[in-house]
Amino acid sequence: MFKSYKDLPLGGVIEAAPDRTKKKTGDWREEKPLWDEAKCVNCLLCWVRCPEAAILVEEGQMAGFDYDYCKGCGICAHTCPTEAIKMVPEEEEVPEQARVRAKARRDGNKSK
Amino acid sequence: MATRASEQLRVLTGHQAVAEAMRQIEPDVVAAYPITPQSEIMHYFAEFVANGKVRTELITVESEHSAMSACVGASVAGARTMTATASQGLALMIEIVYIASAMRCPIVMAIANRALSGPINIHCDHSDAMLGRDAGVAQLFAEDAQEAYDFMIMAQRIAEHPSVLLPVWVNLDGFTLTHTADVVELLEDELVKEFVGEYKPRYPLLDVDHPTTQGPFALPEYYFELKRQQVDAMESVPQVLLEVQAEFARLSGREYQGFFEPYYLDDAEYVIVVMGSTAGTTKEAVDTLRARGEKVGLLKLWLFRPFPREEIAAALEGKRAVAVLDRALSLGNYGPLYLEVSSALYEAQRRPRLYNYTYGLGGRDTTAKQLEAVFMQIQEKTFGKEMHYIDLRE
Repeated sequence: MFKSYKDLPLGGVIEAAPDRTKKKTGDWREEKPLWDEAKCVNCLLCWVRCPEAAILVEEGQMAGFDYDYCKGCGICAHTCPTEAIKMVPEEEEVPEQARVRAKARRDGNKSK
Repeated sequence: MATRASEQLRVLTGHQAVAEAMRQIEPDVVAAYPITPQSEIMHYFAEFVANGKVRTELITVESEHSAMSACVGASVAGARTMTATASQGLALMIEIVYIASAMRCPIVMAIANRALSGPINIHCDHSDAMLGRDAGVAQLFAEDAQEAYDFMIMAQRIAEHPSVLLPVWVNLDGFTLTHTADVVELLEDELVKEFVGEYKPRYPLLDVDHPTTQGPFALPEYYFELKRQQVDAMESVPQVLLEVQAEFARLSGREYQGFFEPYYLDDAEYVIVVMGSTAGTTKEAVDTLRARGEKVGLLKLWLFRPFPREEIAAALEGKRAVAVLDRALSLGNYGPLYLEVSSALYEAQRRPRLYNYTYGLGGRDTTAKQLEAVFMQIQEKTFGKEMHYIDLRE
């Protein structure tokens, strides 16, 4: 906490880049997207339209969701032309495979 | 003066004068959207861009909200940024103007003053300028095209001064100044470039070696303090303005000393306070009445924000009566300029009788004869304190 307004950086500038690893905005979610891999045609419209960059893509293929940052807006489900994505209550169990692949994707990013 | 000899005397409209100033300043980015009566500024400036006279990135956008947003983005990235608008366009910008001020973006904006709808009208009054009264922008009002040109150049220095870093508006009366031609002395391009210098942003977002987060959320723990910083920035403007005026006088030979121009003010007993082109009309009325021996004078305000309350009070203290002429309404009370002057005089020992006139709304012409009548009316001690309206069909 700054003692005086005079000590605050001008205009509230934070002299550091935003660190998204410290704030996992996925916990704001009330509904989450669920992916039916069999119906997916890999058009990647969900990836284009996701406002949080929470659609994971591996080698040009849809690979699931980054649930740490997906806020559950549902744009992906709304935009999917083959109904391969649907929104389900947050409490509903997500197939382990999607979680594992999502995590692997993030860990892979970090190690690069 | 050596520098004056190199100046160019030109016949220009207010818009051309503003566009010439922008050409000479050559900002990195301009984002704008057309609106009457501002559009011509951008017509002229776009021509400079298309003809390679400036290297400015001119961003044409889909609305003024976007124009102002693009300006904030460019300014935060580290670019010297300008825009221009009027009336409804300014109303659409205003949400982002508050943000530009809070993010300390020194964006210079030309405002071709026009009435606000409704009813819809394209002609001059100062309603649009009043939208910025509380927004955290410094505001200058020009009497003629020369002042508009000079203020655009000075505004750049004021906005970018390290203790200010706020948007600055240069107000010029729509049509009356923007679309009429006048003799304007332009400075040499090189002199203007030297005067405004290079903009050195404090936290350029494009400096990837020193990453910053700009415009973050400020909850109750910080919001109040950040607004207090803006108060300091605004309070720095008068001193910076005086320094810039002195330097500009050495460059141009044109003396702007202070926050208002006094015209036969010192020994005047009856005074009109007004902003913009109507100050010129008032000078004519003063000349006529002075020739008849009437002790009348004018206080032509250049700096509306921050409001130079102490200097105004000192200049008006001891006068018999003062008429404050508002070209905007603050529906529900006296006019905005009257309220400022009235508040400034509260601490004065010898307060003049103070009257408020509304004039020129929606482009209604105001004549020297009407202003002579104002000078005569306020000499009557029994003259009413209610709002008076010049040339309104009662």
